[in-house]
Amino acid sequence: MSPDSSERPPARRPLIAFAWLWVGAPLAYGLYELVRKATQLFTG
Amino acid sequence: MSPPVAPPGWSRWLVPPAALSVHLSIGQAYAWSVFKPPLESALGLSGTQSALPFQLGIVMLGLSAAFGGTLVERRGPRWAMTVALICFSSGFLLSALGAATEQYWLIVLGYGFVGGIGLGIGYISPVSTLIKWFPDRPGMATGIAIMGFGGGALIASPWSAQMLESFGADSSGIALAFLVHGLAYAVFMLLGVLLVRVPRAPASAAGRPAPSAGVQVSARSAVRTPQFWCLWIVLCMNVTAGIGILEKAAPMITDFFADTSAPVSATAAAGFVALLSAANMAGRIGWSSASDLIGRKNIYRVYLGVGALMYALIALFGDASKPLFVLAALVILSFYGGGFATAPAYLKDLFGTYQVGAIHGRLLTAWSTAGVLGPLIVNWIADRQEEAGRHGSSLYGLSLVIMIGLLVVGFAANELVRPVHPRHHVTAPDPEESADVARQQ
Repeated sequence: MSPDSSERPPARRPLIAFAWLWVGAPLAYGLYELVRKATQLFTG
Repeated sequence: MSPPVAPPGWSRWLVPPAALSVHLSIGQAYAWSVFKPPLESALGLSGTQSALPFQLGIVMLGLSAAFGGTLVERRGPRWAMTVALICFSSGFLLSALGAATEQYWLIVLGYGFVGGIGLGIGYISPVSTLIKWFPDRPGMATGIAIMGFGGGALIASPWSAQMLESFGADSSGIALAFLVHGLAYAVFMLLGVLLVRVPRAPASAAGRPAPSAGVQVSARSAVRTPQFWCLWIVLCMNVTAGIGILEKAAPMITDFFADTSAPVSATAAAGFVALLSAANMAGRIGWSSASDLIGRKNIYRVYLGVGALMYALIALFGDASKPLFVLAALVILSFYGGGFATAPAYLKDLFGTYQVGAIHGRLLTAWSTAGVLGPLIVNWIADRQEEAGRHGSSLYGLSLVIMIGLLVVGFAANELVRPVHPRHHVTAPDPEESADVARQQ
């Protein structure tokens, strides 16, 4: 049942990159805003 | 809609982003507070009224996860993600209509009731699938998804605030913001619907597990086992203890150091709250992944035992050292997040993968209970202490002792968890469930 990543054809790699970018970009934005706010603990 | 089976060569690394696209969206629920002040001024609402859509949404999350779990297991993750997308998105669209026409009940119905169903079904939609794709690292896999729920608020909070600033905080501006949210989240969640696949598994009658699949327990049987209720207590106690800090984080750090030479400003307190959110998120992925290495029971021993110690440190020495207070609070919040994220993998260890999503849905009622219990304890005690003329750190002394007690109860419940008795294992097809499945095919 466990899928083996070695079975993955190279053609899937762009799709994997796109999917992770799709969710990673907004998450990075949220984390950036979080870090900006969190630094106030040490500077505020 | 039948569960979408992965074609040969499909990568399992496409499944976590599918799950994240749903969890990052529905995690917006924790950023509802951004809409509260504009709604209060535009529609003349009280603070209690403006909290209603969120509260109903969380109640619906618990109910739909508990009652819809079995259906999610039968219909598969794509069906569940589609339902989540439709409900969550149309909740916003109904709310847009409500704001535009100044009919507040439509916002409560839309965001709270309809959107809340999307929250519950969306929350459990990828759990079982992720565990099946990552049998070697179930903690890490579910940790990624459940971290997304925490991350959703981090994204929505500044994004929604920015939108309200641009569109205006009057009723038409709020309506436009709701409309954009509904459409944007529909597009964002669509990735999950399109990408999610269930792994190929040995065929068996009526979708039941193959004989070689190890311990497998149905959701109906699971709730009749002491193991389920021990885990329910564990999760409820761990979440209550975490909320104890989260609920009063900003006033707590201010009060603790009010009488010292280095008081904490409101800005610094806001930074502390943000740091707690980061710890919550990091705990979800970090501790849950660690549970794959050290075991589920052991990691909950850490959450509950070390968590109680951290609370004791805050109670005894918290007002003497700011770094100690901050560090202990961060550790507690990381355990809070870890407790959420490790629960599905713990369930998988005990009950197998057969209906783990449905069992997880039922376990989430512990979260709903803790969501009421935690704030109630902390706020009620703090109010009583204030009335008694206490101030500073002494406002929280009793709450902290109660939180330690709750964690000790959770620790004891975790110690009572044993392997499930074989009489609960799935051995032969259940005629009633088989008939249900047959009717749907």
